[in-house]
Amino acid sequence: MTVKLVVNGDALESASAPDTPLLWVLRDEFGLTGTKFGCGVAVCGACTVHVDGEAMRSCQLPVGDVDGAVTTIEGLSDGETLSAVQTAWVAHQVAQCGYCQAGQQMQAASLLSDNPQPTDADISAAMNGNLCRCGTYPRIRAAIHTAAAALREG
Amino acid sequence: MGRVAKIARRTFLVGSAAVAGGVAFGVYKFVEPAPNPLNSSEGRISLNAFVIITEDGVTLVSPKAEMGQGVHTTWAALIAEELDVDWKDITVIHGPPAKAYYNSALFGMALPFKDYKVNDFQQAMREFAGNGAKLLSLQMTGGSTSMRDGFERMRLAGATAREVLKRAAGKRLGLAPDALETRDGQVIAPDGRTLSYQDVAVEAADINPPSVELRDPSTWRYLGTSLPRVDMEDKITGKAMYSIDVVLEGMKFASVRMSPRRQGMRRFDASAAKAMSGIDGVIDMGEGIAVIADNTWIAMQAVEAVDIDWEPSLYPDTTAGLMQEIEAAFDAAPNTVGRDDGTADADHPGQELLAEYSVPYLAHATMEPMNATALFTDDALSIWCGNQSPTSIQSACAQEVGFEPEQVTVTTTVMGGGFGRRGEADVAVLAARIAKKRPGVPIKLTWSREEDMRRDFYRPAAMARMRGVVNAGQPVAVDVSFAASSVILQSRARPALTPFTVEQAALSGSDPEGLSGAHDQPYQIPNYRVRGHIVPSTLPIGYWRAVGASFGGFFFDSFIDEMAHAAGRDPLAFRIDMAREEHAPSVRVLEAVGEMSNWSAARSAGRALGVGFTYSFGSPVAQVVEVVEEDGAIRIAKVWIAADVGIALDPGNIEAQLTGGCLFGLSAAVMGEVTFRDGEAEQSNFYDYDALRMGAAPAFDVQILENAPYIGGVGEIGTPPAAPALGNALFALAGKRARTLPFNQSFSFV
Ligand code: FES
Ligand code: FES
Repeated sequence: MTVKLVVNGDALESASAPDTPLLWVLRDEFGLTGTKFGCGVAVCGACTVHVDGEAMRSCQLPVGDVDGAVTTIEGLSDGETLSAVQTAWVAHQVAQCGYCQAGQQMQAASLLSDNPQPTDADISAAMNGNLCRCGTYPRIRAAIHTAAAALREG
Repeated sequence: MGRVAKIARRTFLVGSAAVAGGVAFGVYKFVEPAPNPLNSSEGRISLNAFVIITEDGVTLVSPKAEMGQGVHTTWAALIAEELDVDWKDITVIHGPPAKAYYNSALFGMALPFKDYKVNDFQQAMREFAGNGAKLLSLQMTGGSTSMRDGFERMRLAGATAREVLKRAAGKRLGLAPDALETRDGQVIAPDGRTLSYQDVAVEAADINPPSVELRDPSTWRYLGTSLPRVDMEDKITGKAMYSIDVVLEGMKFASVRMSPRRQGMRRFDASAAKAMSGIDGVIDMGEGIAVIADNTWIAMQAVEAVDIDWEPSLYPDTTAGLMQEIEAAFDAAPNTVGRDDGTADADHPGQELLAEYSVPYLAHATMEPMNATALFTDDALSIWCGNQSPTSIQSACAQEVGFEPEQVTVTTTVMGGGFGRRGEADVAVLAARIAKKRPGVPIKLTWSREEDMRRDFYRPAAMARMRGVVNAGQPVAVDVSFAASSVILQSRARPALTPFTVEQAALSGSDPEGLSGAHDQPYQIPNYRVRGHIVPSTLPIGYWRAVGASFGGFFFDSFIDEMAHAAGRDPLAFRIDMAREEHAPSVRVLEAVGEMSNWSAARSAGRALGVGFTYSFGSPVAQVVEVVEEDGAIRIAKVWIAADVGIALDPGNIEAQLTGGCLFGLSAAVMGEVTFRDGEAEQSNFYDYDALRMGAAPAFDVQILENAPYIGGVGEIGTPPAAPALGNALFALAGKRARTLPFNQSFSFV
């Protein structure tokens, strides 16, 4: 029995049991290691991916329940062209150890697609589930404002 | 002769990564050359290699682990500054375990100087003592020493490489080297002819390097500016390879459950685990079990499904018992006297203050859980592991599988946080133990977050007894005693993995590091004594961001604040006065943070400021925290930081380290606590061991000063002043002094 998935535009089949969290199918079966394991219980946000554009914690999402196209950090850019969120992340030199940053950016991208001009309070609410042990929050906040402005200007 | 691309035989093995077609350059021996760790296939390069020139540019070999502190970027800038290469042509890789990469600064810090009073003679002594690190193979990233260690050596590496390249080019062109210039990887003759570094690298490697003079800082192009990090793009595109991301042909996935009480197992029953599908084996690990499976998730589920009866812990099995063990150490004579100015124990006229403080055990909780990949064959072991100490991993893994260290290859990857945890070799040894059971099969061992919490080497809990005397607005005496286990002594005595015995834990010796943040503060107090009582405990403890100063700074600076209030003085002015005659750079950071925060201006009701100051790792740091009461809960609204790092090599990165270090300290101060029951840590994941999140993180304003005569540490210095600054602000707001961390036991936070 296999599970059919679309990941970053590619049609893939998973041979893992349907209750396997999407995180581990991505990482251990497909070799897409950009999506990170932090807690396994949906409290750190490191594993955040998009399913049909919506941010989801892949550590708590059984692969058999995935009902849309999956985008991971590897698919956030358009080939070599970085997305607005990634460009802002580089401009603000956000990453320290970088381990949480795939999840942070996936969460931020989903926030910006719902809310093109988030306030500081909107950012706090949307990003609170994404832990960063290095403490990069001030730069994440600034980068989200920068990315929002860039997206609005088109 | 010819361009390097053609010299395929000169391929450098750096760990398991090969840099093909390159020529190595390095900094020269100090006393005796340590064996060159970069094996060329000719085995003839006699330099300690830090620089490899390849067809594509320049590869720099960093012995320093990139944990997120930006060390690779600054390391590259130090070399590039002298070597004259373009920023975009530089690649940085982690070096293999080798004596050539000894950490001289870490070793030098162990000398008993008042660090802030270091003079030229002492600085020379410190560098000399650093030679000892080479003898001990101390290749370790920690103690905020990376830049103190690399500052001279890396510029020398760049400068000597440049000079031999110029000499080789001069020979080709028939010109004296002094007539030549270098720019962007080219040697340029006065008549405009150019030779690239690649063109002359092979000949240059055979030239004996001349002695070189380092460039004057006023001519620096890279150093002193905020550079784009060399690892940034990989980290934001998901391409960066942490050790948890290692993928090898035929690899299997493993997880472990080792004794949370740090002793062995009485018995275990793995039948439920073995019945799960996707299981490839359950392994008796002695002090626990491992499961090999088709994916990491199955392995993690299966280790939890094994029924295990653990031996009891050797250490007291509750938090209360552990705190009693700490308190009992006060009954014995102190092991360490860190400072003893005047007569602190005498009766001095004035107002006497007595206080007891305590801090809990803390976990590291690096964002990337502990992991390592191992491949065992008949005569070789390969380890992939993000780590802060490759030489100790190499020797511990060799011992585990019965090999010589030379048979063990350690590849150090970037890491998802270190904070001291990745100086331990335990996870690599476990991976080696599993891999030895499956020769020829690469095994990736990943710990669950729960395993990561219950098998940590905790930041020690500690207690302090403080006595102070103030008179007529002046500090007269401060007499401080700390009780805590010694991280330095324990980590030297403790085996990498097997349980720590009572005999091993009965440590003798002294430990000034455990008094950091208190005995080494740049204050003139007529009677100033700081003593330490080492707690012999078998509970594993370890390095943590700023370790000693992370609690010593809290105890000492909070008590200084108490003394200021008792003396009826402004807390900021009180500190400035004590530092005035002792250390000008410290005065400046205190004044700066006062100006930045508009310290003397009145705040509206429900809003208050507190100042914290700690000198650590060679750098004074002052922080002012603003707290605001919002519907009965407290918000940390803003933090102003002023730090003096001597020479600010990369201000953007230093700012990130200061704010990150402060948030790390604030998280611990607000909510960090590991407690024990039945000999096991009670916390297991981020829901019960959390840190500040975006919504609770304050805004920051940072000023970096350069008045100190020597370069100071950066990665840890933001942490120590955070807890006292917050506690002092809470006192200013509520009139209540909380002397026990975490503060959420005494206050509620948003
Ligand atoms: S790993 Fe999924 S939220 Fe932490
Ligand atoms: S950058 Fe290290 S955890 Fe966020």
